[in-house]
Amino acid sequence: MVVDQLREAELDRLFQAFADSTRRDIVRRVTVGEYSVSGLAALYAMSFAAVQKHVAVLERASLVTKEKRGREQIVRGNHEGLQKARRLLDEYEAIWRQRVDQIASILAEG
Amino acid sequence: MSVTGTTKNLEALSFILTAEFDAGVERVWQLWEDPRQLERWWGPPTWPATFEKFDFEPGGRAGYYMTGPEGEKAGGWWSFTSIQPPARLEFDDGFADDNGAPVEAMGSTHVTVTLEESSGRTTMTVATIFESEEQMEQMVQMGMEEGMTGAVGQIDAILAEHANA
Repeated sequence: MVVDQLREAELDRLFQAFADSTRRDIVRRVTVGEYSVSGLAALYAMSFAAVQKHVAVLERASLVTKEKRGREQIVRGNHEGLQKARRLLDEYEAIWRQRVDQIASILAEG
Repeated sequence: MSVTGTTKNLEALSFILTAEFDAGVERVWQLWEDPRQLERWWGPPTWPATFEKFDFEPGGRAGYYMTGPEGEKAGGWWSFTSIQPPARLEFDDGFADDNGAPVEAMGSTHVTVTLEESSGRTTMTVATIFESEEQMEQMVQMGMEEGMTGAVGQIDAILAEHANA
């Protein structure tokens, strides 16, 4: 069911994107507000190029978007991409809601 | 509604569900402790679970499979890490192949169940920690492929059962 909605390659990119703590931190920040790549680079003890690579991974996974503004590259959260990841947890929730319903049904038998 | 709350944390790869049942804690504990009762609710209605092995003791293992409408099977295993009747149960939950052997590549989730009784009602909290997002996806797939299609029909079945009771 999930696979119907998300193509395999798309999923691989998503998992890869979330596997790194810096990338998770970038996602957290740009979901709340926009950052330039150089603004992000100032936050981490790594080179501008390294941060740019992280942003590129997130962009491929559709978790962020990047847009040129003058000499800056502005990074923003891609809410649609984030929602896909969230959907996995929503579906896991549905499994458990179903189990709880079944438990309640058994208990109702007395 | 039995489910009283859920907390999903994508970054922590965790899922916490809280439910309240109109039954004492000993009764709810039986649903986890007795494999015959457990298999009545662990699998989706169209994919009932069968527990072939159930060593309910710390360090013990359980083996089960779920059978689909076409006779297809999906296997799983549990490894009990902590059992404190009737309040707390912890186990690892993973996938098994057709012979019941753990599929290590697919990892496991860690599940912590706590039961608390108050005024004859029991609050059950189930916390699941996933190893990775990939694994979370596989878990969802195994439980869901079939599960959702049965969900609507199941609500009807429960309502019917209550109507007949």
